[in-house]
Amino acid sequence: MLEVKAITQRFGGVTALEDVSFGVKASDITGIIGPNGAGKTTLFNIITGIYTATSGTVHLEGKNVTRMVPEKLATLGMVRTFQNIELFGKMTVLENVMVGLHTKGTSGILSSALRLPWQVKEERRLREQAHHWLSFTGITDLADAEAGSLPFGKGRLLEIARAMALEPKLVLMDEPAAGLNSRETLELARLIQRIREAGVTVALVEHDMELVMDICDAIVVLNLGRKLAEGTPQEIQENPEVVSAYLGEG
Amino acid sequence: MHRIDSRDKKKLFRHEWVKFALFSLLIMILPVLFEGGYLLNVFIFVGIHTLLAVALNLLLGYAGQISLGQAAFFGLGAFASGILTATYGQNPWLMMVVVAAAVGLLAFAIGFPILKLKGHYLAMATLGFGIIVYIIFNEAVELTGGPSGFSGIPNLTVGGITFDSDFKNYYLIWGVTLVTILLSLNLVNSRIGRGLRAIHDSEVAARVMGVNVRLMKVQIFALSAVISSVAGSLYAHTMTFVSPTSFGFNFSVELVTMVIIGGLGSIYGSFLGAALLTLLPEFLRAFQDYDIVVYGFLLVFMTMFMPGGLVRGIPSLVQNLRARIGGGASDA
Repeated sequence: MLEVKAITQRFGGVTALEDVSFGVKASDITGIIGPNGAGKTTLFNIITGIYTATSGTVHLEGKNVTRMVPEKLATLGMVRTFQNIELFGKMTVLENVMVGLHTKGTSGILSSALRLPWQVKEERRLREQAHHWLSFTGITDLADAEAGSLPFGKGRLLEIARAMALEPKLVLMDEPAAGLNSRETLELARLIQRIREAGVTVALVEHDMELVMDICDAIVVLNLGRKLAEGTPQEIQENPEVVSAYLGEG
Repeated sequence: MHRIDSRDKKKLFRHEWVKFALFSLLIMILPVLFEGGYLLNVFIFVGIHTLLAVALNLLLGYAGQISLGQAAFFGLGAFASGILTATYGQNPWLMMVVVAAAVGLLAFAIGFPILKLKGHYLAMATLGFGIIVYIIFNEAVELTGGPSGFSGIPNLTVGGITFDSDFKNYYLIWGVTLVTILLSLNLVNSRIGRGLRAIHDSEVAARVMGVNVRLMKVQIFALSAVISSVAGSLYAHTMTFVSPTSFGFNFSVELVTMVIIGGLGSIYGSFLGAALLTLLPEFLRAFQDYDIVVYGFLLVFMTMFMPGGLVRGIPSLVQNLRARIGGGASDA
């Protein structure tokens, strides 16, 4: 599904990532872990087209998407969520999801201003689809609340609903469990599994080891901008290098 | 955290229509109350300013992109319409459309490089554009009459009616303004409107959702230029005289003030802002030369005490007062 090859990213004199390569298999849940400053979020920003890597390539389903902008990647079926949730705060929860359906609509300025019949029909269709994704993530009752007023945990769910509205092939989640309590984290784990069951590939950056070991099929470990290890949760847990990187030994 | 089912949604929608109908009705009967006095003339300007403020609000209030060059688009519409009809004898209605299209294209062309900029830089770039156009108005004396202005612009006609009185022009301009308000209300509550508001709230998230941020900013910039140009054409044919001083930097700032005072991201707010800033100088003649100071003070005051603008500030003020009076009464 996703093939990352020899990604290097330098910011001025600082090397954030060096020669990082890994793959994400279709319908897997792949976790990317590593201590703070390992370069996980930078890697996500490169894959999703927000940063341009100094060198290296990214392929999505065999297609080279290395220098593609996020809006283009969205039409190819790649979408992400953010570490510090990026909602459209002044819009309602339903409207947020409807922005996620932006690429599913075609109406432009003229047809919208004139409320042409097919535009009205399209609006109705988008609204119904948005409601579907709200119920998928279990926040239907918040449809008309202002997104900026949501508690953090609900905001996370909304971000996932909005991302799912694109009907992506691949969802990248940047620390989806950050700031959630243990009950919310458990619900999130179930939601991510349901997303996979819906045929969507998931890659996530996460600090919550329990969550990662619990739901991931494959794990990539980064440390100080380099790939330290790659394997199943079992293999990673038994890898002495990983253990020492986390415990600060050696 | 309440739920609105589809029936309520329809009611809500009907509520929007009722609001618009009442607003239109109010506008339609105002001239009767004024009995053709000079307030009627002032309200023609309120109409033109509302048109311009709505245009800027689409850009500033919804998409969150500043323009300090709106007066230039207004002036281009006014001068181009004036020159093409008075000097070259072209059909005014046709020219209004042709000029608006040309101004829209110009905005589209300059929008691509300019709207890459953000915040202060965007403000500076649009300001620069406004100043360049203003200088051209002043210097192209052969064409525009220069600083002394351009006169002899014909009134608009439809069938046998010539729009040569305040009364007729009031209905002409407010007709166009009300239609624009209606279309703008539709637009901001659509896929496009959601895209614009998304850009305002989080540009990066909008891009990740597949919103073509760059194109959408340029499109809305061009649309606001088109509306401003139409406002300019109407202004020229109503006044029959235009001069560069009406289209300078001060007026661009005045328009931004109208939008912010009325309420960013509220179409009706643009009317309130336009009405206040058009009526105020009439009542504060003494401030005439210091109007920019008054606007500055108003801006500071509003952003400090009513950041949502009049359209949101007044209801909450009323609520506060009522609560305070209610509270006082129960204490007594």
